[in-house]
Amino acid sequence: MSYLQLDGLAKSFGQNQVVQSFGLDIAKGEFVSFLGPSGCGKTTVLRMLAGFETPSAGRILIDGTDVTDLRPSQRNVGLVFQSYALFPNLTAAQNVAFGLKVAKVGQEEIEVRVKAMLDLIGLPNLADRYPFELSGGQQQRVALARALAVRPRVLLLDEPLSALDAKIRVSLRREIRSIQRELGITTIFVTHDQEEALSISDRVVVMNKGRAEQAGAPHEIYNRPTTAFVASFVGTLNTFTATVKDAKRGRIAIGDMTVDLPQAKGFRADTAELQIGFRPEALSIGKQKAPAVNFPAQIEDVQFLGSVIRIRLRVADEICSVDTFNRPDQRPLPVGSQTFVSLSANDMILL
Amino acid sequence: MTRGKFWSWIIFGVGALYFFLPLIATFEFSLRARRGVYSFDAYQTVLTDPEFQATFVYSVVMALLTIVIGLMVVLPTAFWVRLKLPRLRPYVEFVTLLPLVIPPIVIVFGYIRLYNTSSFLPLTGSTFGTDILLVCGYTTLALPYMYRAVDTGLRSIDLRTMTEAAQSLGAGWSTIILKLVLPNVLVAILSGAFLTFAIVIGEYVLAALLNRPAFGPYMVWMGGNRAYEPAALAVIAFAITWACMALIQLLTRLQTRTAKRS
Repeated sequence: MSYLQLDGLAKSFGQNQVVQSFGLDIAKGEFVSFLGPSGCGKTTVLRMLAGFETPSAGRILIDGTDVTDLRPSQRNVGLVFQSYALFPNLTAAQNVAFGLKVAKVGQEEIEVRVKAMLDLIGLPNLADRYPFELSGGQQQRVALARALAVRPRVLLLDEPLSALDAKIRVSLRREIRSIQRELGITTIFVTHDQEEALSISDRVVVMNKGRAEQAGAPHEIYNRPTTAFVASFVGTLNTFTATVKDAKRGRIAIGDMTVDLPQAKGFRADTAELQIGFRPEALSIGKQKAPAVNFPAQIEDVQFLGSVIRIRLRVADEICSVDTFNRPDQRPLPVGSQTFVSLSANDMILL
Repeated sequence: MTRGKFWSWIIFGVGALYFFLPLIATFEFSLRARRGVYSFDAYQTVLTDPEFQATFVYSVVMALLTIVIGLMVVLPTAFWVRLKLPRLRPYVEFVTLLPLVIPPIVIVFGYIRLYNTSSFLPLTGSTFGTDILLVCGYTTLALPYMYRAVDTGLRSIDLRTMTEAAQSLGAGWSTIILKLVLPNVLVAILSGAFLTFAIVIGEYVLAALLNRPAFGPYMVWMGGNRAYEPAALAVIAFAITWACMALIQLLTRLQTRTAKRS
C-alpha cells in the first residue's frame, strides 16, 4: 500500500492553472524526484504537501490520514530549502534542536538526538558555530539535520543543491541519498537538474505545465520516454523526420535509408511523416552489420569533453550529435571528413 | 589641499558653528549661576530638585511602557504585512506616517473629547486612566520611527523562508515571532526604542494638556521661572539625546556585524 498519496491535486492562482490533476502514489521509504523546467508546478506541488499552499482540488494522504486541511505546523513534514533558511540567531546545534524544543522533547533527549543528527551529517565538531560561520554546503547539511531531527513522516527537498557549487553538489547529493537510505525516510526531491534527478532517485516524475508527463525509474525515463517533452527535456536527443512507407510492417524511411521500426507498427498510415529520436550514445561511428542501420555522415564539429568526445554530424541533411568514449590511442576524427554512423532500430524513440 | 576640499571644509565649519555656537553659549551661560566664577551650581540645583527627579523618573517609565506597547503593536503588524499582505504596505506606511503630519494637539483634544469624565469611557477621570491615554498618545507619536526601524530590520532577513522553515518544524506564530523574528531584528528594534525614548523624554504637548507630571512640562516650567537652571536642563536634555544617538550608532555598527552572519 502506498504511504503518501497525492490524489487529483490541482492549484490555480486566479486564472492561472499551475498544477492540474496531479496524482501520484509513493511507497514508504521511496525517493521520488520531481523534475521539470521552472514554472512547471513542481515546487507548487511540494508546497501543497508542506501545507503552504491549499490545493484548489484534490487530497493529500500520508499513511492513510488526510492531511489536506492541516496547517504546516501540524503535518510533521520535514522541509529543506534552496536558500538553507537556517535561523541566523541560533547555532548549528540550536538550529537542529529547534523542532525538538517546539515539540517539548526533554532536554536530555534533545541533546542525544542533536548529537546523533550532527554525527549523521558529519559535522559533530561544528555544533557551536553560527550559520554565518559555515560554508554553503555545511549550512545545507545542518538544514537537513534540522529537518530530520523531528523524525518527519516525509522529507521534502526543494532544490536543496542549486545554490551550491558543482563539486559539493555532487558529494552532498550522494550523501543525501545515503542518509535517506539509512533512515528509510520517504523523500520528495524537487529539481530542474536532470542529472541530479536521474542519479539520486528511485523514481522520477517529469513535470510540464502543471502535469506529470511521465513517472518511472530513471532508466525508464531516459531510455523509454513516453512523450515528446520528456524525450527532449531529459538528456540530449537527436531528432529526425521520417516518412512512413509501410504502416503494417512498421517500415519507415529516413533520408534514403529504409528502416523497419518495430515501434512504428500499426502507425496510422495517413500520417505521412513522423519524428524519430535517439540518444547521442546510441549512435556509433563506423559501419556495423545488420540489423543496425548505417548512414553516411559528414563530421561538422568535434568537442573533446574528457572521457567523452561529442561529435556533431550531418546525416540525411540533419544535424545530430554522437557521443563516443575517448581512447588515448585514437586521435579525434578531423572536421569535414566523411564517415558512416550506425544505429540500431531498437534505440530509436518514436516521438 | 584642492579647491573643492577647501570649500567643503569651509561649509562644514560654518555648519558646525551654526550648530555648536548656541550650544556652547547655552553651556557657558548655565555655568554662570555664581557671580564672577564658573560653577556647576545650576546643575546641582536641577539635579537635586525632587521635582526633577520625580518628573524624569515618570517620563522614563512612560518611555519604557511606550516602547513595550509600541513593539507589541508594530512587530506583529510589520511581520504580518511583510509576510502575508505585501500589497497593503503602502497604506500601512502611510498610516504610520500620519503622526508626523497631524500635530499632537489634535490627538490630545480628541482624547479629551472622547474619554472625558462624562463620556462612555471616562479615562481622564483617574490618574491611571490618564496615564494609559498618555502612553497611547506617545505610542502614536513614536509610530513612524518604530515602524520604520522594525520594517528595515525585517527587510534584512529572509522572513518568508525562515517562517516556513519554522512552521514545518511545528512552530506556531508566537514561537516564530518571539524566538526567531525578535532576536533577528533586535538591533533594529533597539534603535527604534532609543528614538522612542528620546521623543517621550522631551514631549510637552500631550503631558501638559493631560496634566501629568512629565519631564517636558517640567522643562517648560523651569524655563519660565528660573534664569540659569533652564540652560543647565537644556544641556542635560541634549546629553541624554546624544547618548541615545550614540547608542543607536553603536548598535547599527553591531548590526552590520550581524548582517554578515546571515
